[in-house]
Amino acid sequence: MAVLAPSVPNASRRYFWQEYPPLVVVGIAWILGIFMIAALADLIAPYTYTALDLKARLQPPVGFGGTTRHLLGTDELGRDVLSRLLVSVQVSLLIAFASTLLSATIGLALGFLAAHFKGWLEQVVLALIDFQASIPFMIIALAVLAFFGNTLVLFICLMGCHGWERSARITRSLTIAANEQGYANAVHALGASSWRVYFKHILPNIASTLIVSMTLTFPEVILLESGLSFLGLGVQPPMTSLGNMVGYGREYLQTAPWILLAPSCVIVLTTFSISLTGDWLRDRLDPTLR
Amino acid sequence: MGRYMLSRSLRALLTIFLVVGFAFTILRLSGDPAMMILSADAPPEAIAAFRESWGLDAPLWQQFWGYLMNILQGNFGVSMRDASPAMGLVLEAIPATLALALPAFALNLLIGIPAGIFAALHRNSWMDRVVMSFSVAGHTLPSFVLGLLLVLIFAVSLGWLPSGGFNGVEHAVLPILTLTVGGAAVLARYTRSSMLEVLGQPYIRAASAKGLRWSQVVVRHALPNAALPIVTIAGLMFGGLIAGAVVVESVFSWPGVGRLTVSAVGNRDLAVVQAALLLITVSMVATNLVVDAIYCLFDPRLRANSGAHH
Repeated sequence: MAVLAPSVPNASRRYFWQEYPPLVVVGIAWILGIFMIAALADLIAPYTYTALDLKARLQPPVGFGGTTRHLLGTDELGRDVLSRLLVSVQVSLLIAFASTLLSATIGLALGFLAAHFKGWLEQVVLALIDFQASIPFMIIALAVLAFFGNTLVLFICLMGCHGWERSARITRSLTIAANEQGYANAVHALGASSWRVYFKHILPNIASTLIVSMTLTFPEVILLESGLSFLGLGVQPPMTSLGNMVGYGREYLQTAPWILLAPSCVIVLTTFSISLTGDWLRDRLDPTLR
Repeated sequence: MGRYMLSRSLRALLTIFLVVGFAFTILRLSGDPAMMILSADAPPEAIAAFRESWGLDAPLWQQFWGYLMNILQGNFGVSMRDASPAMGLVLEAIPATLALALPAFALNLLIGIPAGIFAALHRNSWMDRVVMSFSVAGHTLPSFVLGLLLVLIFAVSLGWLPSGGFNGVEHAVLPILTLTVGGAAVLARYTRSSMLEVLGQPYIRAASAKGLRWSQVVVRHALPNAALPIVTIAGLMFGGLIAGAVVVESVFSWPGVGRLTVSAVGNRDLAVVQAALLLITVSMVATNLVVDAIYCLFDPRLRANSGAHH
């Protein structure tokens, strides 16, 4: 479904907006903004995210009867929603980022192993890929959390097991293809070690496809993390994440919907932006991958 | 075709075996169940008795063998909280889950597929853009956010529908709607891309060149060829129905398998979690097998290929 730019007789006459659709530009701006916020959360948050202000509990946001002391209102313990939101963005993005990297690394390693050693090792990797692809990851995650309990490191590792099968599949098939091409053979014949061939020659050649597959994994991890945290099984208080805020805000849906609406908006806008940008990037970088 | 189905069946068995092994491994890695159920300062005799009754003294391979045999005999252990059979608890919750999942699945098909076909036939028009924007929005919107927004609008603000619970049709409307939006969005997306791929094929041009009306070209030549990938996705979605209910059932306090699993995870009720895990796996694997069989029936190329082997 490669929606390529409509063919224009003269390439120089392409308009900026055709190359960069407005929605995509807005999406990229949002993503950059949210990353800045994640990096600077501790500096720009007006309060500590756990600071209580018991005299100002459940205050509505500015414009809905609230004061400028708490721009997005406060929650049931009088904690500033804006500060909590900023820290939540930081935590959620950190988890998503670490997990996506982990998942790509696992996939890359297994893909290389399968392509290099062939034989039974390849069959094992293929069976694992099949296994991973046929069971919804949410269920596996639930089972692991039930058995092991929850710590942040374990949780990141668990999220890092999501989506590795996609990068493993891509790495394996592209590596097999690359091994048949001249350049890998040539470097090998010059005496380079397999390690060097894989990481210095084949990896740069398959990197763009891998990055595109990471843009698919990243929003999925955000959704998974926020879903589990929403259910109370992900990030544990006193730490906070976007899903966690929605989960606790749910109790105050009738009396104080702002607690839940603020993080919901951030989740939706972020995953929507990443999807749009990812689609666009995919069409530009790699039209063969849908 | 026989050979193809045989290899698919073996793969399916392997997957189920892997899941059983996975459940067993994390069950044993997670520490001593005796310590978790009883507290650490329980009398040693009580702990010893517990370990014996659960077979925790035997070597690991014997435990795994016993575990496997138990499962094959339909013995999935008892809920560690109230000692009722774990699989019984899960099976009891299934009708409630299906009451949401089946109507939602039907709606997914009824909305998603026509929307996708429509978008593909009007490619790059504003209507295509509208349908696709809805589709992207629908599948990036997490179900808990959508569910809560619907509650906020239809239950809290308008007061038309109840916000949760389980007695009567009106309680099912919002959860079904929540499940429908995401599923229909995904189906529309796949249907559109599958249709676009088929519409670019030479046989479509040939069919229109021989003078068929466009509607006939679409119905007789494009749709049957675009159907296979759509069947795959629909099959995957059908298999994932129970799993997909996890979040939505929790949002709407709907007493199905999903909510049961979540609360079992929260209570660390291991027997119930593994019973649910195995049931969900088997339902996924079984639907995948059925989809493969449908593939065989509908795709003459697969039949021809396996015929050549004989």
